[in-house]
Amino acid sequence: MAHTSHDGENYLNHEKGLWSWLSTIDHKRIGVMYLFTVLVFFFIGGVAAMLVRAELFRPGLTLMTADTYNKMFTYHGTIMVFMVVIPLIPSAFGNFVLPMMLGAKDVAFPKLNLASYYVWLAGALVATASLVVNQLDTGWTFYTPYSIRTSTSASWVLLGAFIMGFGGIFTSLNFIATIHKLRAPGLTWGRLPLFVWASYATAIVQLLATPVLALTLFLVVLERSTGIGIFDPKLGGDPVLFQHFFWFYSHPAVYIMALPAMGIISEVIPVHARKQVFGYWAIALATFGIALVAFVVWGHHMFVSGQSELANFLFSLITMFVAVPTGVKVFSWVATLYKGDLHFRMPLLYAFAFIFVFTIGGLTGVFLAALGSNVHLTDTYFVVAHFHYVMVGGTIMGMLAGLHHWFPKMSGRMYSEGWARVSWFLVFMGFNITFFPQFIVGSQGMPRRYYDYVPEFTTLNQISSVGAWIIGVGFVLMALYLLHALFRGAKAPPNPWGAATLEWAQDSPPPFHNFDKDPVVTHGPYDYRTSH
Amino acid sequence: MAHAPAMDGNRQYAHHFLSADHEFETSKQGIWLFLLQEVLFFSPLFVAYYVFRGLHPADWHAAAQLLDWRMGALNTVILICSSLTMALAVHGAQTSNKKKLVVNLILTLGLACGFLVVKYFEYTHKFHMGIYPAGAFTYEGLGQYPAAKLYFSIYYAMTGLHGIHVLGGMAVMLWVLKRAMRGEFNAHYYTPVEMTGLYWHFVDLVWIYLFPILYLLG
Repeated sequence: MAHTSHDGENYLNHEKGLWSWLSTIDHKRIGVMYLFTVLVFFFIGGVAAMLVRAELFRPGLTLMTADTYNKMFTYHGTIMVFMVVIPLIPSAFGNFVLPMMLGAKDVAFPKLNLASYYVWLAGALVATASLVVNQLDTGWTFYTPYSIRTSTSASWVLLGAFIMGFGGIFTSLNFIATIHKLRAPGLTWGRLPLFVWASYATAIVQLLATPVLALTLFLVVLERSTGIGIFDPKLGGDPVLFQHFFWFYSHPAVYIMALPAMGIISEVIPVHARKQVFGYWAIALATFGIALVAFVVWGHHMFVSGQSELANFLFSLITMFVAVPTGVKVFSWVATLYKGDLHFRMPLLYAFAFIFVFTIGGLTGVFLAALGSNVHLTDTYFVVAHFHYVMVGGTIMGMLAGLHHWFPKMSGRMYSEGWARVSWFLVFMGFNITFFPQFIVGSQGMPRRYYDYVPEFTTLNQISSVGAWIIGVGFVLMALYLLHALFRGAKAPPNPWGAATLEWAQDSPPPFHNFDKDPVVTHGPYDYRTSH
Repeated sequence: MAHAPAMDGNRQYAHHFLSADHEFETSKQGIWLFLLQEVLFFSPLFVAYYVFRGLHPADWHAAAQLLDWRMGALNTVILICSSLTMALAVHGAQTSNKKKLVVNLILTLGLACGFLVVKYFEYTHKFHMGIYPAGAFTYEGLGQYPAAKLYFSIYYAMTGLHGIHVLGGMAVMLWVLKRAMRGEFNAHYYTPVEMTGLYWHFVDLVWIYLFPILYLLG
């Protein structure tokens, strides 16, 4: 094994046995544990999605009753939001690469880091336990008063989401302190990799928004158990207040999902275009611009919920502002690509997919931010298509860029580029085939969350369902070539892409103790001329 | 770094820090971030309080009359005193004065118990009158003020959540006390005492807001 200074010792083989993993406080192993657990939930949520699309293949009852369908999309949404998309990039990739990018030995509070994992896992298991108790059918938004009245096991899922929230809060707290206090000598704020900036902004949003949702969900549990009445109109409470609290978290949550993906794209593009990033400070500050605006636009989810017209107007106006920092980022990425030495490897291909899909997601958001068209499009498939273009197109494409970028570092193996390209094509095409028709049926008036639709929408729904199964095949293929790479892949060199950030300055996989010699940073994160 | 402990070459610190001071400063930032999210954790209840107060000012006023401001004031005095004893405990640790540290921690724990005892009497008194959260509210003296029962929902939610924080603080203090009696803290290392102190002052501060809006403002 070339380039290995520890006789082949690394974080994966430093200690053996299941217990050495379950009790580890090493940030790299915790990152891998998050990744593994999240991918298990991603599989479950994905199967639910396939079943949802199967039911919608034909109008009327195709596969399941209306009640089962309600539960199916509820679990798809709840699992994908709380157990996949939110923890995915910060907790899995953030844990693995962030301390190394800073030249740190670990996160600031390693024991708290392990505790975060178990708190989050405990919450996820409590929420999943509802499957065997009496499944949930409220949709992932838990709107009152239905979530108070429903006889399905809402309390389990609400309590689970409450507990999972604290896992995220502790991780955020840990990352903020790590970024502030554990940077290597010479790693000034202006030399931080953009993924670190993105993780920093995400952590601030998560730290400030999650507690609001946590308490709100707990109040709904109290509504169900003791009739506290704050959100219950029967007792004089206000269900719209629940919506305000819910979206005060859940809108920023969209940026908890999107910002880290943008951070990955900002890493991947300069490395694979062999070019200094364009507009370093513009991207870093736009990240905070988005994080700031994220907190004052929640009302755009409630244009038809009986808000005052003035509130609607203001929320609509401020929502438009989100497009500005987002546009700054997209243009900076494109400008970075301009006249770059592009290497069309998997991370860059996924970055292209991200920019393409996320731009559509962002632009259709403007339709929804505009008051007039919003009233027409609310609760239609247009909204479903829009947020899938943002969440899947943004977060999942960004995550896949990161997965293919850091897989050699995490596993010490290279994957097959050929099969990866086939899988990329299936996922990217399948995604657009699935969700683009939903914009059309949505604008024609097909409401979301029904197991049935009028026959006129059949063709577009069938295209959408076929697209979903193409995505499914793409992911199965990806699982196969990544598993093959894990066991049979060629050994990865320490820095296969020629990146300049610090995680690549170590062996692949990295040794158990990061950095034998404390690194001293003398150049910027994308300075490819002086670093080689 | 003014409040950081004097650096001690013999003091153990975790391998990813440069020094004991570095570890202390990082822990302190961690606890401040935790307290920041605590503020947001309480915030929905404050918002709910003001929303319903704005909607039903007369009901709010009538319901608040049922709370005994003297009990609230007593508890305010108790908690302010406990903040003083907590600060003295931290000072004891900073000056390697074990006796001062242990005595003041015990005093703080005693005052926290006193707070909960007062709260217990307030709660049971209300329960006897049938004043429960809205769904179980049976008190009939406020018949013309239908939103009054929401006031008590919010009262129980706010003071209950605060009470849970008091209990949590007491549990941490017991752990700190045990370590203090073993002589683990001195001028070179008192991070857990300082962090517990910051948390305890936060819990007091929440009450400083709860007391006027629930007992006095009406």
